[in-house]
Amino acid sequence: MELEAAKQIGAGLATLGMIGAGIGVGNIFGNFLSAAVRNPSAAASQIGNLFVGAALAEALGILAFVLGILLKFG
Amino acid sequence: MAANDPIHQFQIEKLVDFGAVNLPVFGHSEIAFTNSHLAMTIAFVAVVGFLSMATAKMQVVPGRLQAAGEGIFGLIDNLAESIIGHEGRKFFPFVFTIFMFILGMNVLGLLLTFTVTSQLAITATFGLMTILVVLIVGFARNGLGFFKLFVPSGVPIVLLPVIVVIEFVSFLLRPVTLALRLFGNMLGGHVALKVFAGFVVSLGALAAGGGLGFLGIPGAALSLSMVVALTALEVLVAFLQAFVFAVLTCIYLNDVVNLGHGH
Repeated sequence: MELEAAKQIGAGLATLGMIGAGIGVGNIFGNFLSAAVRNPSAAASQIGNLFVGAALAEALGILAFVLGILLKFG
Repeated sequence: MAANDPIHQFQIEKLVDFGAVNLPVFGHSEIAFTNSHLAMTIAFVAVVGFLSMATAKMQVVPGRLQAAGEGIFGLIDNLAESIIGHEGRKFFPFVFTIFMFILGMNVLGLLLTFTVTSQLAITATFGLMTILVVLIVGFARNGLGFFKLFVPSGVPIVLLPVIVVIEFVSFLLRPVTLALRLFGNMLGGHVALKVFAGFVVSLGALAAGGGLGFLGIPGAALSLSMVVALTALEVLVAFLQAFVFAVLTCIYLNDVVNLGHGH
């Protein structure tokens, strides 16, 4: 059963990768908000960039999640 | 216990079985009409139905349905135009089709049917299709100049080998991240929903058992409100992931369409 236990622990550890994605996405939205408050007229034009940046940062967290799922069920 | 298993909902089941065949390239394959097929067919019919109803009685001053159709059409049209430039119209049909289909599958998966986009095979197909279009457009327009994509201008000659390798690997990772982002978002969201819904059921069963079990009621209520909040978030995610897929498709197409034009 040690292999099984190691898999479960590994799956748990893999989810730690989401910390980075959380920091990244929070950073993007926080910076967008502070910039949008300073210059609201330019905010609307940057919405697309905002979501692309958030999606790119989030993808790395998703990779960690997929790795966890693979370890647990693979 | 199988009903409470959060992964169980992603099981593909055969609705109509056509038996197994031996195909020349793929070997032993099973052919069946599955719940995944059914959900995709419903999404297809919904998208086509919505757009044909929106354009059936076109007026200069749009009605409600036509305004919704025009809004979603204009969203992607603006997107393609602003990212790819004046040639965006050529690629608009592809981007719009992918966007509408993914949006339809995401929303229907949340509300009604099996979630097709939570299957890696489906999202990987979308990712591969996108990157194949990018490759074909890239080679057709630029020929071997396509490889300039991996050599950014203005890089010091010493750094060039490293940069080229990094650019090449990041290009290869594009379909992978496209597929995994959609898959992971849908899978993660639906697993979280199911987990909290499972809490409601098991805590409710505890409360129904009598005795000290009534302590489970606040927990069940909290889980239920969490399910409502998560569902609201998932509606946003369903739209956002389709939109992000469309944006990234446009960006990747822009890379090859406007290659070397200093974007």
